Amino acid sequence: MKTSLRLAGLAAAAVGLLLSAGAQAQQPIKIGFISTMSGPEGVLGRDLSDGFKLALKHANNTFGGRPVQVVYGDDQVKPDVGRQVVDKMLESDKVQIVTGINFSNVLLAVLKPVLDAGAFYISTNAGPSIVAGRQCHPRFFAAAFQNDQNYEGMGQYLREKGYKKIYLMAPNYPAGKDMLTGVKRYYKGDVAGEVYTTMGQLDYSAEIAQIRAAKPDAVLVFYPGGMGINFVKQYAQAGLKDQIPLYAGAAVVDQTILPALGDAALGMYTGALWSEYLDNAANKRFAADFEKEYNRIPSPYAALAYDTGRMMQAAIDSIGGKIEDKVAFQKAMENVKFESVRGNFKFNTNHFPIQDYYLTKIEKDEKGRLVAKLQQKIMSDLTDAYSGDCKMAAQ
Amino acid sequence: MTLSLFIEQSLNGVQLGVQLFLMSAGLTLVFGIMNLINLAHGSLYMAGAFFAAMFIKITGNFLLAIALAIPCTAIMGILMELIVLRRFYARGHLDQVLVTFGLILIFNDLVRMVWGVVPVPMPVPALLSGSVEIMDGVLYPAFRLAILSVGLVVALGLYVVVVHTRTGMWIRAGASNRPMASALGVDVQLVFALVFAAGAALAGLAGMMAGPITAVQVGMGEPILILALVVTVIGGIGSIRGAFIAALMIGIVDTFGRVLLPHALGSMVIFMLMALILAWRPKGLFPVHG
Amino acid sequence: MADQSNPSFSLSAWLRGNWPILLVLAALALVPTFAAATDNPFLIRLFTRAVIFSIVAVALNFVLGYGGLVSLMHSGLFGVGAYTVAILAFHDYEATKFLGLFAGTDNLAISMPLAFLCAMGVAALTGIISLRTSGTYFIMITLAFNQMLYYFFVALQQYGGEDGLQVLANLHFADFNITKRTTFYYVAVGVLTATIFVFARLVQSRFGIILRATSQNERRVVALGIPPLRYKLMAFAISGAVTGLAGALWASGQAFVSPSDLSWVRAGDYVVMAVLGGMGRVWGPVLGAILFVLLEAYLPSWTQFWQLPFGIVVVLIVVYLRGGLVDVLGLTRSKSASNTEGGHA
Repeated sequence: MKTSLRLAGLAAAAVGLLLSAGAQAQQPIKIGFISTMSGPEGVLGRDLSDGFKLALKHANNTFGGRPVQVVYGDDQVKPDVGRQVVDKMLESDKVQIVTGINFSNVLLAVLKPVLDAGAFYISTNAGPSIVAGRQCHPRFFAAAFQNDQNYEGMGQYLREKGYKKIYLMAPNYPAGKDMLTGVKRYYKGDVAGEVYTTMGQLDYSAEIAQIRAAKPDAVLVFYPGGMGINFVKQYAQAGLKDQIPLYAGAAVVDQTILPALGDAALGMYTGALWSEYLDNAANKRFAADFEKEYNRIPSPYAALAYDTGRMMQAAIDSIGGKIEDKVAFQKAMENVKFESVRGNFKFNTNHFPIQDYYLTKIEKDEKGRLVAKLQQKIMSDLTDAYSGDCKMAAQ
Repeated sequence: MTLSLFIEQSLNGVQLGVQLFLMSAGLTLVFGIMNLINLAHGSLYMAGAFFAAMFIKITGNFLLAIALAIPCTAIMGILMELIVLRRFYARGHLDQVLVTFGLILIFNDLVRMVWGVVPVPMPVPALLSGSVEIMDGVLYPAFRLAILSVGLVVALGLYVVVVHTRTGMWIRAGASNRPMASALGVDVQLVFALVFAAGAALAGLAGMMAGPITAVQVGMGEPILILALVVTVIGGIGSIRGAFIAALMIGIVDTFGRVLLPHALGSMVIFMLMALILAWRPKGLFPVHG
Repeated sequence: MADQSNPSFSLSAWLRGNWPILLVLAALALVPTFAAATDNPFLIRLFTRAVIFSIVAVALNFVLGYGGLVSLMHSGLFGVGAYTVAILAFHDYEATKFLGLFAGTDNLAISMPLAFLCAMGVAALTGIISLRTSGTYFIMITLAFNQMLYYFFVALQQYGGEDGLQVLANLHFADFNITKRTTFYYVAVGVLTATIFVFARLVQSRFGIILRATSQNERRVVALGIPPLRYKLMAFAISGAVTGLAGALWASGQAFVSPSDLSWVRAGDYVVMAVLGGMGRVWGPVLGAILFVLLEAYLPSWTQFWQLPFGIVVVLIVVYLRGGLVDVLGLTRSKSASNTEGGHA
């Protein structure tokens, strides 16, 4: 009698366990996607979230057998607003992974609360140097790049091209400095000028006149968003485009601004970590499906966000959806195997990418739209310069 | 700095100044005459650029597009005055600031709904796309010279209208003493409507002229609005002459400040200039009201 | 100051005319309980933000509603206070010296009063220049000073420049740990309560009466032999100091400061909060700040075009509620009472 009671109790407990495990499997994985959705920079958030949504669609909205629930938020390019949105995601929505931020200053404001809360941050875009080095963290992954990487390849290219004297320009904020540091790490010739301008500057005629007077062999700029439109238009109008070649690294002249730039950008060379012309199956599927879904050419923002989504899926699939086991999820991310739209991708010890760098040229495609045509590979297996400073702690 | 570079930079400064004047003229007129602070002036600037870009796409002709976009912006201004701002002439400046701040938010989202988040293209007209050799070895973009000319023509036109016509007399009367002007039989309502439409058209024109050299995007009106307010206040609220001189001053100081000063100072130089001028002359360089 | 405070100020009489503030403060005090009951701890963070902005809006309203001075540099003053705490904490954490002179500190009992004083100093210095102007010129000259402060902090590369500065040190107030979320929230509510009562008292003191008289008819005040500039300057410095204190709270609560805390748009937001809430009452701006923060937090989750409804709300309130949200409570002062704030002066 006693034994059978005990047996029944055991059986009940076992059933309960099974049931709860089943419930566990069906509980959604919650992801917080925060980005700049409103205002002039809203285009970045749109492309990032569209790319990510496409990855979800390709995954049937399921990672590791569990449904994925995404909460979207708008940071308005204000660090404190981003912080508030993230607090809400962590505490009200109980998200397990946060992603999506495009501006480094917003990222730095939210990083501590995210990691302190025990959640993961997997970056679709911003990759500030401090997180790659001294403040690297077991739960932080940069799926896109370390900021400097966007320009390191360009530094290498300008050196190979044999330019003796180049002129550098960027907005005066840490990401701007990161980019130009990236150039100077690989370009060893003279720098005729290194000019930092105010964020959001509208008129560059004074700076362009200084460039003309300095007579450099080439000009390399980092002006994301509206600033890029202003600068490239004004540079072309000043008649300098044909005299002194203008270059940009990755993340400047792309599909978020090309339609507005028009012919002013034609013939310009830019660096790239990804191009819609990269020849691999994952990329072909992405580019075709993105255009079908949203009726426009994907930007690098969209591509890297898509890649981030695919990467999360692969890592979570490999551990059967159990991301509550944080150490296992960290290991799965570190060794993630997936078909990247960038072709070659793996994580370095500091959780930042090792990837290739390409050169593209702005041309018109067969439909007359401006596109960044792939020219050549500049670098293979590009790492970042800060991994040596990173002492990755255990979770 | 060589002489030719100095000349080029001076020209850049004057050109920027003239561009700012186009924007500030309407602001200072409305401000001085109706005693109305219109922060949504920047939205009219944005609307001007978006209308022009749209008409360029439809007609393919820059001048025609401008000719169509100017009345569109003026009508938008009149609607704004009729529906909302008319109620605010008698209210305090603070209420005006607040309601026009609300209008900025509304217009920004409306533009985003209609034209989307991606900046829209607005090419330089083919005729003005090249550069002109203004002196030995110094090329200057033809379109910037066009902005310069348009600005100077507008300045001259405003001067003639304000100083030498009957309408101008009403405007000046309205600006310096409103109750007296209306007691003397000036149709203040009509003058107000005219001035508001003109101010809106000027803001729109400024936006259209800036379109080919800057990004035509949501929120483009706010940074320029701040500069226009600086110009208006330095010049003395309500003074067209003051706005013109202040605009040139800001254009030149900003241009040279950016090139010659260390970056931290360069970005705040115009604000330092404004603080200095207001500390010295608390009602601007050319005060209109006593 | 003793001769300037009005001996006839009676708290109970003031509260009879301003009873809703007790409800508001009681509601604020219940937020943590409500958050716990609904398992939504985020509410505490959200309301911490609302309470800190309320302190700024109340301080701003002292010069805005009673002194007629529309300041667009309160975000700058807020930033001065916030950076004071953050920079001192930074030097403490890195074990370096500020300007090579003195060590940093993670003790808020030292850095908060310093933040208060620094903001007061900046307000006084800029006030000497800007108070020479009036009306719109005053708005613009304060904007100019705000931009200078903004670019000053952007230029401080050592402290993160545009990226801002994280507070990594463990802040404490003397021997008390006040940075725990709920504790910190109550501290902020306490500071807000104190701020409201101090300003309520100031407004009814001789000092406050002169300040209001100055904003209504400066010439008459001069004719009475009172130097208006001195009173305006004092009011501006006090308002700035309290704003700096709010900034210090902000830096402690967020553990992060950045130049965007100093942007002129934020300064405009404070004015909007004060006017929306109602400038006619010392505590009116609290309602504006709470509404502002709630709209800003919840509208974007309904639509990405959230600025449109936000703008419409602002326009409707300005058009129809001329005294701000305080009007909803039926507490608009009549014209005749406007000089006396409850009839006690």
